[in-house]
Order: sequence, then C-alpha cells, then structure tokens
Amino acid sequence: MNNSLIIGQYVPGNSLIHRLDPRTKITVIFFFVFIVFFANNVVSYSILTLFAIACIVTSRVPIRFIAKGLTPVWFLIIFTFILHLIVTKEGTVLLEILGFKIYSGGVIQGFAISMRFFLLILVTSLLTLTTTPIEITDAIEEMLHPLKKLKFPVHELALMMSISLRFIPTLMQETEKISKAQASRGVDFKTGPIKERIKAIVPLLIPLFISAFKRAEELAMAMEARGYQGGEGRTKLRELKIEKRDMLIFVLFVFVIAGLFYFRSW
Amino acid sequence: MSRKLIEFRDVSFRYGEEQPWVLRNCSFEIYEGEWVAIIGHNGSGKSTIAKLINGLLFPQKGEILIDGQQVNEETIWDIRKEVGMVFQNPDNQFVGTTVQDDVAFGMENRGTPREEMVTRIEETLSAVGMEDYRFTEPHRLSGGQKQRVAIASVLAISPKVLILDEATAMLDPKGRTEIMRTVSNVQNKEDLSLITITHDLQEVVQADRVIVMNKGEIWDRATPREIFSKKDSLREIGLDVPFVAILADELKETGINLTKEPLNHEELLEDLWILHSQT
Repeated sequence: MNNSLIIGQYVPGNSLIHRLDPRTKITVIFFFVFIVFFANNVVSYSILTLFAIACIVTSRVPIRFIAKGLTPVWFLIIFTFILHLIVTKEGTVLLEILGFKIYSGGVIQGFAISMRFFLLILVTSLLTLTTTPIEITDAIEEMLHPLKKLKFPVHELALMMSISLRFIPTLMQETEKISKAQASRGVDFKTGPIKERIKAIVPLLIPLFISAFKRAEELAMAMEARGYQGGEGRTKLRELKIEKRDMLIFVLFVFVIAGLFYFRSW
Repeated sequence: MSRKLIEFRDVSFRYGEEQPWVLRNCSFEIYEGEWVAIIGHNGSGKSTIAKLINGLLFPQKGEILIDGQQVNEETIWDIRKEVGMVFQNPDNQFVGTTVQDDVAFGMENRGTPREEMVTRIEETLSAVGMEDYRFTEPHRLSGGQKQRVAIASVLAISPKVLILDEATAMLDPKGRTEIMRTVSNVQNKEDLSLITITHDLQEVVQADRVIVMNKGEIWDRATPREIFSKKDSLREIGLDVPFVAILADELKETGINLTKEPLNHEELLEDLWILHSQT
C-alpha cells in the first residue's frame, strides 16, 4: 500500500542532478525542449542525445525507472515514425510494400521526428525522477515571483499546490477506507457492466467529497490559529540556492546550444 | 499566586441571532504556569471556550482578556502568538509536506529568520520525542505521532498558553498516554500554562484545577480529587466516571475506609496496602 502512495515518480538519490537547484533544472529543460526543434542533422542530434545520456548517467537513476516513464509514449513515438514513413515522398524509393512506396527521405524524417519526441520525454521525465514535487512547487513560486507585481497570487498558488501534495496520500488512504466500507455494505466495484460500475462510484465519491470539505474547513481554522495571514511578511524554511554546480551546468548547457547552432545545417 | 493570564468576564456566546446560547455568563481566570482541565459532555460549550481564547470566535457579551489584552479583531494576531492550539483531528491540522515543514509553518507565518527556525525545529521536536522523524511525510506517521508534531509546532512559536482541544479524542489508548506524557513533560520544562479540554475524566487527573462545564454554564470548579468524589452528580451531567472511582465507592460501601479519593490505580493500591498493614 505504501508503494502506491509515492506521489509522482521521484527516485530518491544524492547525485549531482538531484542536488541541482530545481530552478536550474526547469530552466535548462525549458530551453532544451526549445532547441530540440533546431536539430536537423546527424551531428546536431548527436550533441543533444549525448547531453541527455550524460544527464541520465550522472543522475544514477536506474534505467528501468526511465523506461517506465517512457512506456506511455512508445506508441506515440512509433506512430510518428510510421506516419512520416508513409507521408513523406522525398529521396529515392527504398522498397515497395503492397503498393506503398517507402522513400529514403521518409525514413530519415521519421527517425528525426521520433528522436525529437524521445529526447523530449527523456529529459522531462528526468526532471520528475530527480526532483521532489515540493521542490518543483518551490521553484515555480520563485520563478513566478516577478508576476507578483501584476497582482498574480503567486504565494497562494504555491501554498495550494503544496497542500494538495500533502493531502493526496491522505485522501487516497481515505478512498481505500470508504471503498472497503461500502464494499462491506454490498457495493460491487469490480464486476458487472460498465454502467453499473460507474454507478457504484457514486457512494464512494459522495462521502469522500463531504469529508474533503470538512477537512478543508478544519485545516483553514488550524492554519488561522497558527497565525497564517497570507504571504505578507512570511519567511521560508525551504530555501533555494544557486550554487557553483548550477553555474557549471548553465555554462555546459550554453556550450551545447552553441555547438548545436554551429553544426546544424542552415 | 502568580499572574493572571486568561480572564473571562461574563462571557456569553451564540452562533447566530436565532440560535440558543452556547455559553452563558462564564467567568473564570487561568494563571501563569497552571494546568487547567475543562471537562464536559458534547455540546457543553467547552470547545467554544478554546476558540474564544484564540480569537477564532468572538463573544456577543462580556470580554476576554489574554495577558491583559482584550481579544478583538485588532489584537487577534498578537494573541495567537501567545496562545497555541492543538485540535482534535491529527490529519486536518498538518499543513506541511514533512514533519519539519509543519513545525516551521507557524514560524514562517510570523516571519522568524531561517537560522532560528532550524534550531527551534530541532529543540521542539526533541521536546516531544519526534527528532528522528524530521523528514517524514504525514501519511507515514501514526495519529499519536502527528499530534506530537502538532504540539511541537505550537511550542515552536513559544506561546504562553497551550490549549489541547480534545487532542486525544481520536487516538488509540497508546497514542493517548503518549500525548499525556508528552504534555506533562513539556509543561514541567517550559513555563507554560496548559488548558486541556476533554470529556474523559481520566485525563483531568494530572491537572491543577478542573472546570466542569454543563449546558453552556460553569457547573463546578475544583481540584481533580474533589471532582472524583462527586460521582453521582457527574453521571447526571453525562460524564463517564472512571473505573477507579467506582471501585473506590464500592469498597467504601463494603466498609473499607480509604484515606483519600484515589485518582488512579496506583493510589488505590497504595491505600489498600496501608490498610492491609494496619489490620
């Protein structure tokens, strides 16, 4: 039961990637997603792939966790490959199956596009694999800080996110309890036609919602009793700090970008 | 006697114009460093008292003074620095994603500098015996452990008063004894007034004074021992009399003269041994 309660896919560790400031990771990944679309030849793709592999190796996250993160998107990657194979009509004809002509351009195009996909998923899943949800929340709060001037409720948003994260396991435990309680009263969640099964969820959801609202009310009262009065004048225990290693990664990443733009064909 | 810390002057409260009074003309004082238990059955107004002290509710009549300061809209934030509260449900007052984040929450609200927070977290967590759980998430803790964290997070802001509003009601017997032990430890070490609100007579034993509430009025105020001797009237207002008290009563009926009203099994046993050695 405890296994299923781990939120997200965070794999605990103490590698360089784990210890990086979450803001560094988010920024690098943001730009990586951007520059992936500028790669257009073997060398530029190799640079990006090398960078991604280097990140994975330094993160020391076991390959099976990364593979797990990729499972839902394999289909998409293969689908794009096949689509490009069929649609693109450039270069020489390589072979002909059932009247379909496979062009060499299609193979290259398909390979390139699925490679982009693959790299995107790989790098973004590395973020969630090496960063706790709360670190990501903190990073988002810090990065959205300038929006405060526009009266955007940055602190409130971050607090809401962290409270949701804190209550996900609690509500999951409660769901399990309620479903057992209802099952003991004869509600059948597992068999029968789909329509019946959806109906069976109602006696699960209603108690869950009622108790969630009650929790919210009590939590609000407890927070007020502990002196919560909004983001004004608040200090923070969890502090984000840009360290030498973050600068190092930035510099390295700038080299990657420079290399990419130097070697890509214009 | 030391300084008055909390003073209720003829306080009455109801939730709405048409609603019945939940509290009627309550007056009492609580002194510095004192442990006062407020006891009463459901709906006797005991939890309302806690919320009034903390400024979560305001009285319609009368006034409440905390350390000489009247509780009103302007003073509540100062008063909440002096009054810490632990509620009934262990889950619904845990704000942080980990133990140390939760302890920090109250200090963050008050703008405590980070270095001070770190040392306070260490101090308060070891005061409640939870120092090994700093980075643990709430769903991996038992109810009793969560309540101990809640006590630590209140202690972190160094209040003058700690109110436990039925803080043990949702715990198992083991969690209950854990909390009561933690509380009396903490009260011995720090200069803290303690108000425990409960419907369980067993939990008033360690208190200095007891205030018994019934139907929104103060029904009695006395020492735990005096309260224990009024079994019949306690039963009338819907409180469960502990087993030791009933046993003591029946022993008296059979002609065994106990020297005092026993508060727990040890006291009764000691009394019986004394009696045994005399005969």
